[in-house]
Amino acid sequence: MQRLTVPALLACLFAVLLWAAGTGALNVYWQSVLMFMGVNIILATSLNIINGNMGEFSCGHAGFMAVGAYVSSLLSVALFTKSQVFGEPLIGPSAAVWLFPLVLIAGALAASLVGLLVAIPSFKTRGDYLAIITIAAAYIVKSTIENIGAIGGARGFMGMSAVMSAMNETINLPWIMIWVFVGTVFSVWLIRRFIYSTFGKGVDAICQDEIAAEIMSVNTDRVKLVAFMVSCGLAGLAGGLFAHILGYVNPGTFTILKSTEIMVMVYLGGMGSLSGSVLAAILMTLLIEYLRDAFGFLNTFLHYISVIPDSYEVTQVWKWVVIPLLLVLLMQFRPEGIMGRRELADVFPGLRKFYKFKG
Amino acid sequence: MLLSVQNLRVKYGNIEALHGISFHVNRGEIVTLIGANGAGKTTTLLSIMRLPPPEAPKVVEGDILYEGQSILGWETHDVVRKLHMDLSPEGRRIFGNLTVMENLVLATYARKDGEEAIARDLDRVLSLFPRMSERRKQRSESLSGGEQQMLAVGRAIMTGCDFILLDEPSMGLAPLLMYEMFRTLKKLNELGLTILLIEQNAKVALNFAHRGYVLDTGEIKTSGTAEELKRDPEVKKAYLGG
Repeated sequence: MQRLTVPALLACLFAVLLWAAGTGALNVYWQSVLMFMGVNIILATSLNIINGNMGEFSCGHAGFMAVGAYVSSLLSVALFTKSQVFGEPLIGPSAAVWLFPLVLIAGALAASLVGLLVAIPSFKTRGDYLAIITIAAAYIVKSTIENIGAIGGARGFMGMSAVMSAMNETINLPWIMIWVFVGTVFSVWLIRRFIYSTFGKGVDAICQDEIAAEIMSVNTDRVKLVAFMVSCGLAGLAGGLFAHILGYVNPGTFTILKSTEIMVMVYLGGMGSLSGSVLAAILMTLLIEYLRDAFGFLNTFLHYISVIPDSYEVTQVWKWVVIPLLLVLLMQFRPEGIMGRRELADVFPGLRKFYKFKG
Repeated sequence: MLLSVQNLRVKYGNIEALHGISFHVNRGEIVTLIGANGAGKTTTLLSIMRLPPPEAPKVVEGDILYEGQSILGWETHDVVRKLHMDLSPEGRRIFGNLTVMENLVLATYARKDGEEAIARDLDRVLSLFPRMSERRKQRSESLSGGEQQMLAVGRAIMTGCDFILLDEPSMGLAPLLMYEMFRTLKKLNELGLTILLIEQNAKVALNFAHRGYVLDTGEIKTSGTAEELKRDPEVKKAYLGG
């Protein structure tokens, strides 16, 4: 029974989601909020490997997300639909349902290869200097995309919605919802297995003391390489899903602000805490959605009491004041985040009765 | 010869720290390298173990042989895994947030020689260092300096090594604990552990070791058995206080 609790719960959740999305019990808005929640969970948990477990500081996660988003979008449009950029589809719309996961995997692999840009310098560089390298890597990605006119450049790239509707036409299911769910569960499972494996203990050892790790026979270069590639690859997976949820990607999405947003989730959840990152990603997604309404309300209210001039509107841009401010407050008053370095099962030991993991 | 260092010249940038030193260690021996601050003791160790940069010194000439095979340029983790040679570093570098037991178990990270061998080594460490056994559930940062040093040695043994390099283990230790540790190391040596001891405290080192080398400003000044060195007038004057 212990071993089945988690899979059973996930299966129930999956069935409920499918039913709710299929019958319309969950409207399109809430569907997309849930899907962004999944994407954010992948982003936060994968960044947590580097910033939390390994104790490095990466601020370029959005860059790897962009690689995954573009590679999988370009592939799916080229393979499955007719488009201005690629002309006739290479395979055709009917294959989209079956080959879509491969497209996502290709995006993830591409992102993990770009992750080498950061992983290799990390052999010799640590801390602040590596943080600068991660920012540079993210900007390399962003400027490269902006300057390739053929795929839309700064205007962005679209056509993924057509792929999504082609999938629905073949078999009528909310496919993107299914893949976000599968991707999220897969990511959390993979990270959990990785961190709790013997090999993964090396990641924590590097965080504590690299020299001590080496004399305890940890191949620090290899551990760093794998950790960066797993993390960046999962960011790429999240990017691919993100692009297909929106049906449109734009390099402007993947700026340092996006990286900051992911970082806030990791620090909010607690560095090195997997369940903390999941929790924080869920909270942040809800918070951002709530802010959307709140700013609209605030705008009306402030205009009503005539505090601000009529020509000025309080817009969503203020999100980028509130989120960094949240980071400042968090560092000031609860630097260890919600969970600290602990996991859910450390806080509520009773939970252990209900599940069992290997490792 | 287990380890043989031949005519080693080492540079930090433009500054030469070792001007061609040679020494060797036979299996089962305790050899000590004594010298004052800045003599090049730690540089010698770093050249052998090649700890991660940026501190790593650069070997410009000479060779380091392990059983006749050059290990120049080997990475630390390979030296530990393949040659069963480990370092108890300066400053101990134990994992302070883990318990004593966790530190010891973590050291078996890359061992492939089976549960039995690991259990045997663990028994050995816990029985030789009774203090570790008493405090096995304690967070290791709460141990005293001497106990942390013992833990560092115990951890090195748990990696399965049969040759240990000790970098100034006596530093900052209460004399009582220091003697206790050296007695235990002597016992380990009788059980087959080869030891290369890097020490400033020449008196302790020469009482403990079989053979010794005196390192001064990057050169080996004298060498010989511990008894010979203890009688040597130069060594007496410079290191043993008259």
